[in-house]
Amino acid sequence: MASAKPRVKVPKTAAKDEVITIKTLISHKMESGQRKDKDGNIIPQQIINKFSADFNGTRVFEVDLEPAISANPYFEFSMKVPESGKITFTWVDDDGSTYTEEKSIEVTG
Amino acid sequence: MMKFLMAGALGSVAAVALVTAAAAQDSTSIGVQGLQTEPMELVIDDQKMMTRVAAPAGSPLSEVISGWEFRNPGTRKMELDDFDNPAFIWVDQGEALWSTVDGTEGKSCETCHDDASESMKGVRAAFPKWSEAKGKAQALEHQVNECRTERMGAEAWKWESDQMLGMTGYVGLQSRGMPVQVQTDGPMQDWWQRGKDLYYTRIGQLDMSCANCHEDHYGEMIRADRLSQGQINGFPTYRLKWQKVGSVHRRFKGCMENIRAVAYKRGSDEFTALELYVASRGQGLSVETPSVRQ
Amino acid sequence: MTFTRREALGLGAGAAVFLATGLRLDPAAAAAEDTMKMVMEFAGGQEPAAGKITLSTPEIAENGNTVPISISVDSAMTADDYVESVIILAEGNPNPGVATFKFSPMSGVAEASTRMRLAKTQKVIAVAKMNSGAVFMDAKEVKVTIGGCGG
Repeated sequence: MASAKPRVKVPKTAAKDEVITIKTLISHKMESGQRKDKDGNIIPQQIINKFSADFNGTRVFEVDLEPAISANPYFEFSMKVPESGKITFTWVDDDGSTYTEEKSIEVTG
Repeated sequence: MMKFLMAGALGSVAAVALVTAAAAQDSTSIGVQGLQTEPMELVIDDQKMMTRVAAPAGSPLSEVISGWEFRNPGTRKMELDDFDNPAFIWVDQGEALWSTVDGTEGKSCETCHDDASESMKGVRAAFPKWSEAKGKAQALEHQVNECRTERMGAEAWKWESDQMLGMTGYVGLQSRGMPVQVQTDGPMQDWWQRGKDLYYTRIGQLDMSCANCHEDHYGEMIRADRLSQGQINGFPTYRLKWQKVGSVHRRFKGCMENIRAVAYKRGSDEFTALELYVASRGQGLSVETPSVRQ
Repeated sequence: MTFTRREALGLGAGAAVFLATGLRLDPAAAAAEDTMKMVMEFAGGQEPAAGKITLSTPEIAENGNTVPISISVDSAMTADDYVESVIILAEGNPNPGVATFKFSPMSGVAEASTRMRLAKTQKVIAVAKMNSGAVFMDAKEVKVTIGGCGG
């Protein structure tokens, strides 16, 4: 895959203070830095090293990733929804690129 | 014995191990013994997949079983949910490509085929298919490139490229849940027979045929791997080992190389014939594309 | 034989010798020690207690490239009492570090799942650190198989 593509699964609505399950995935080789090419040279490490989820600007969940996380890093985690708002997801690549995705959630009832 | 002496040390060890079948198991008891500690049904998006069907008359198998049934609970679970299934990274790309204009004619797949969920329904379930224009059997990848080069004025995609995997995954998805149903008579009869011959011919340093593992010993362990029937109803599949989606011909190639044979090429007549034959062995199974395998 | 997964995680010359001759170089002891050092560092010098945290792993990983794991910590997750972070370590990998999950009271529950790479059969360790500084640990042995037909 030329550039990493994020996918996130967030329910569209939630009750106030309901704890929802969020799933995220990003396409990325997660080159571990342990593999060698045909000539015996180490293929340099390139991984997503950080993932974070913020709700209305507040950090809710964060992961520091090592090369031992599988390719196409997948995370499932929870979040308590206090009010309607926006969840921002950010992935940081070793090469400095950042990838983001945003989902809105509405508190009903 | 001469063959064993001639084969490499590892080759002969492997061959002997297979013959003794260390962890032998009744091949008809999948889902009951061994690693299948969590029986579950393959239901995706409220649609139940047929993963075990009665073998049609004349089939060498007693029951036709999808590769899904042979995998560990963790692997099987990954296919239950389209979000958990990493293959959808490629399917999403295929979906985007479907409506992307490409080539000199200013067309996209959508230009001619409109909504894929309607026009592509049942397509993958019937491939490989006879092409009257070409006078040969074609795999889905051949068909995609035929459309691209001859109707779109676009460049052909490489067999194992992300675009081709994405497109065959996306098109395949539109047949998910439908029974595999390939034509094996008429002009396809010769291709089917050729595929059958390839399936049963011993090859390579290890001197084994597809049937030796997938017909004679499915359900048993080959070292620490549980042998399946070698069905292809879920391709292209996300293989945990590859950490990406891969094609049928890639899998065929890998198997041949494991037997220390010189593999045919992706897209070759041999692999197309073999794909047709192997598909016919899975007649009736639900298309699971894109599946998750080990 | 192509041990692709092993190449991917670079077990290197030592492992190649082991595979070829069957001689044990026994890096197991050294690896366990390194991992415990990382645990103690994360735990701020105190030895983690058992309980509170549950690490779920498959008993047998069908492929070491992609092993689903999850952690769950028994905590109310209130502003005063919550799980600050959980570290995952793989004792037998070339580098034991796998991931560090950081939670907040807004997490609702201290649960997370991911997929990891395991170079071989080994112990996977999860350590939870509470905002109070209390530390808990769980460990599971995961068998990692080498398939018979790679492809």
